[in-house]
Amino acid sequence: MRQPGRRAVPYVFLTPAIVLFTLLVLVPIGYTVYLSLHRTKVSGIGLGSGARTEVFAGLSTYSEALSHPEFWRGTLRVLGYGVLLVPTMIGLALLFALLLDRPRVRLARFSRLSIFLPYAVPGVVASVLWGFLYLPALTPLPVPDGLLGPGLLFAVLNIGLWGGVGFNMVVILTALRAIPAEIYESARLDGASERQIALRIKTPLVMPALVMTGIFTVIATLQVYTEPTTLQPLTNAMPSTWTPLMKIYSDAFVRGDIHSAAAGSIVIAAATLTLSLAFLRVIAKWGFTGEER
Amino acid sequence: MRSLLAGLGLVTALVAGCSGGSGDSGDRIELTFWTWATNIEKVVEKWNASNPDVHVTVSRQSQSDELVTKVLTAAKTGNAPDLFQAEYQALPTFVSNDATADLAEYAGDAKDAFVDGVWQQVTLGTEGVYAIPQDSGPMMLYYRADLFAQYGLTVPTTWDEFAQTARTLRTKTTTSYLTTFSANDPGWFAGLAQQAGAEWWSIDGDTWTVGINDEPTRKMADFWGGLVAEGAVDDQPMYTPEWNKALGDGTLLAWPSAIWAPGVLGNVAADTQGKWAMAPLPQWTAGENRTGNWGGSSTAVSAGSEHVEAAARFAIWLNTGPEATEALVTEGALYPAARDAQSGPGLSAPPAFMPNQADFYAEAKAIADNAVGWTWGPNVNVTYQAYKDAFGKAVTDRTPFSDAVEEMHDSTVDDMRDTGFKVKE
Repeated sequence: MRQPGRRAVPYVFLTPAIVLFTLLVLVPIGYTVYLSLHRTKVSGIGLGSGARTEVFAGLSTYSEALSHPEFWRGTLRVLGYGVLLVPTMIGLALLFALLLDRPRVRLARFSRLSIFLPYAVPGVVASVLWGFLYLPALTPLPVPDGLLGPGLLFAVLNIGLWGGVGFNMVVILTALRAIPAEIYESARLDGASERQIALRIKTPLVMPALVMTGIFTVIATLQVYTEPTTLQPLTNAMPSTWTPLMKIYSDAFVRGDIHSAAAGSIVIAAATLTLSLAFLRVIAKWGFTGEER
Repeated sequence: MRSLLAGLGLVTALVAGCSGGSGDSGDRIELTFWTWATNIEKVVEKWNASNPDVHVTVSRQSQSDELVTKVLTAAKTGNAPDLFQAEYQALPTFVSNDATADLAEYAGDAKDAFVDGVWQQVTLGTEGVYAIPQDSGPMMLYYRADLFAQYGLTVPTTWDEFAQTARTLRTKTTTSYLTTFSANDPGWFAGLAQQAGAEWWSIDGDTWTVGINDEPTRKMADFWGGLVAEGAVDDQPMYTPEWNKALGDGTLLAWPSAIWAPGVLGNVAADTQGKWAMAPLPQWTAGENRTGNWGGSSTAVSAGSEHVEAAARFAIWLNTGPEATEALVTEGALYPAARDAQSGPGLSAPPAFMPNQADFYAEAKAIADNAVGWTWGPNVNVTYQAYKDAFGKAVTDRTPFSDAVEEMHDSTVDDMRDTGFKVKE
C-alpha cells in the first residue's frame, strides 16, 4: 500500500523554491500593483502633520500613465531606436564574424579582441566617454554637428552599437567555428568562392545564433536607459522622459510620485512580457528547428 | 530547531543593530546628520568637543533631487536621520510630507540673526519654523575684466545694457558670446525670476496661489528668448565639460551667477584666476538694486526624531553660533545665511580666485541685503523638471520662451490639483 505521506514529498522539495518565488517575486509584484492602485492626497494647503493620506485610486493612475503624451513619445523613440539598432547590430556582428572566419585572415586575434573589448566597458563609462567626444568644442574627432541636438537618436545608437557588436560577434563566431570543415571543402570542390560560402553556407548555418543575438538585442533595446540618462546633462535636446523607463525613474525619484511610477512599471512589464512571448513563439516556429536537425 | 531559533535571534539582533541609528548610549544623546556641505565634519567636531552630552554623527550624502526622495522614504519607514540638510526649494516638499519638525518653540531669537527674506524661506510665511537657514546664494554678475577691456565693453547695469553689450560683442568677434542661457539649471532661472519681481507661489489661508506664468517671469523669459533667437547669447547648458572649457578659453565672457561662483570658476577655469570681476546683477529698472537667490540650504530636524530639542539646539548653534559659522566659511567655503557671519573675519579677504577684487565680500553683503523675499511651493521638483524639459525643447526648436513658462506653470498646477492641494491661479 502507498503511504499517504508519500504524496507530500514533492511539495516538501518544492517548498524552498515556492517560498523564495513568493517572497522575492510575487510579493514585490503584488506590492507594486497595490501601489499603482493608490495615490497620495493632501487637503487644503497641505502643510503640517497629517496633511497627506493614501487613498484608493482605482485604475486612474493607469489611465493617466497611458494618456500621458510623453509616455507614447518615449515609446515611439524606443521603437525607432530598436528598428535602427537591431538590424545594424546583428548585421555588423555577422559581417565582422564572417570576415574573421575567413581562412588565413591576418591579425585575427588582435581584431577579435579589439572589437570585443568595448563590451567590457560599463555603459555609464561608455556614455561619458562618447558624450565628451560628441561635444563640438572638446572632441578630437570630426563628429557631425547636432549629434547632441536633432541627431540625438544616432548619438545613443552609436554608443549601443559600440558596446554591443563585439559580444554578438563572439557568439556568432563561436557558432561559425562549430560548422564542420568538410562542408566548406565540398563547396570549394564545387567551385564556390569565399563570398558564396559566407553568404550561402555560413549565414544559414548560424541562423540560430543570429536569432539568439537578435532576442538579446531586442531586450537590450527595451531596457535602454543608461546611455540617454548619462547624456542628458550634456544637451538641451534630451527631455527627462526620453524613454518610458526614464519617465518611471523621474516619476519615482524626482517627482516623488511612487504611485504613478508603479503604474508605469506594470504597463512596461506587461508590454515587455507580451513582446518577448510573441517573439519566442515566432522563433519556435522556424528559428530553432535548425538546431535540432 | 535550536539552530533555527539561534538564526532568528541573529536576525533580530541585526535588525535592532540597523535601526539603532539614533538611540541613546548611556546618558549621551546620539544624533545623525545627513549633509553634503564641504568639510562639515570639522565643524561638527567642534560641537562634539564642547557638548559631551549631545553627540552628532555626520553621514555624507550627495546633493541631488534623489536625496529628497531618500529622506522622504526614510521618514515614512521611521528611520530618518535626526537632522538633514534641505535646500530652500525642497523645504515645502518636506513640510508637506510631514518630514520636518516644527522648531518654533525651540527657535528663540534665532530669527533675529537673519534678514527677513531668508527667514521667510524657512517659515514658508506661516507661524511654523521648519528649518534653520545655513547658507544663501545671492546672485551677481561675474565677468572677464580683461576681455571686457580688450573688446571695449562696459559693465552693464541694466538688462537693456546687458542685451546691447551682448550684441556689441558679437559685432566684434564671432567666436565669443557674452554668456549662455542654460535650459538645464532651473535654480538659476528661478533666481533671475525672483529678481524680476515674480511670485511663483504664495499662501493665502488654506489656498496656494501659483503664478509661475506671471508677467515678470514671462518678460524675463522672453528677454532671454530674444537674445538666444538673434544669436546674441549662446544656448549651451551649464556644467558640462564644454561649458567649463568656454569659461576658461574666453568663449564666454560673463556669467550671471551667485556668491559661490568663484569656487566653481576656480575649479573649471583655474588659469583665469585674477581675470574675473564681480558686479551687481543688471537691473530691470535703472537705479534699482534687487537680486534673487540661486541655491542655498538649511538644516532641518526630522519630525520622527526622538531628540527634537537637542537637534534644534545643534542646528541653531551650527548656523548662528560665531564659532560654527566662522568654520563653515573657512572650512566649507559657504556663504553664511546669518547676517553677522557675513561680515565675520573669515570673509575679510576676497576669494582666492579673485584676489583683484579686495572688497569682494563687502560688496557681496551690500548685494545680499537686497535679496527679495520668496516663497517656494510644495512641488518645486515638478516645476524644475518641467523647466528642463520645456526650455530644452524651446531652445532646440526655437519656440517662444514664454510658451515654455506656460508649460512650467501648467505642469505645476496640474500636479498640485492632482495631489489635492487647493490652488488658485
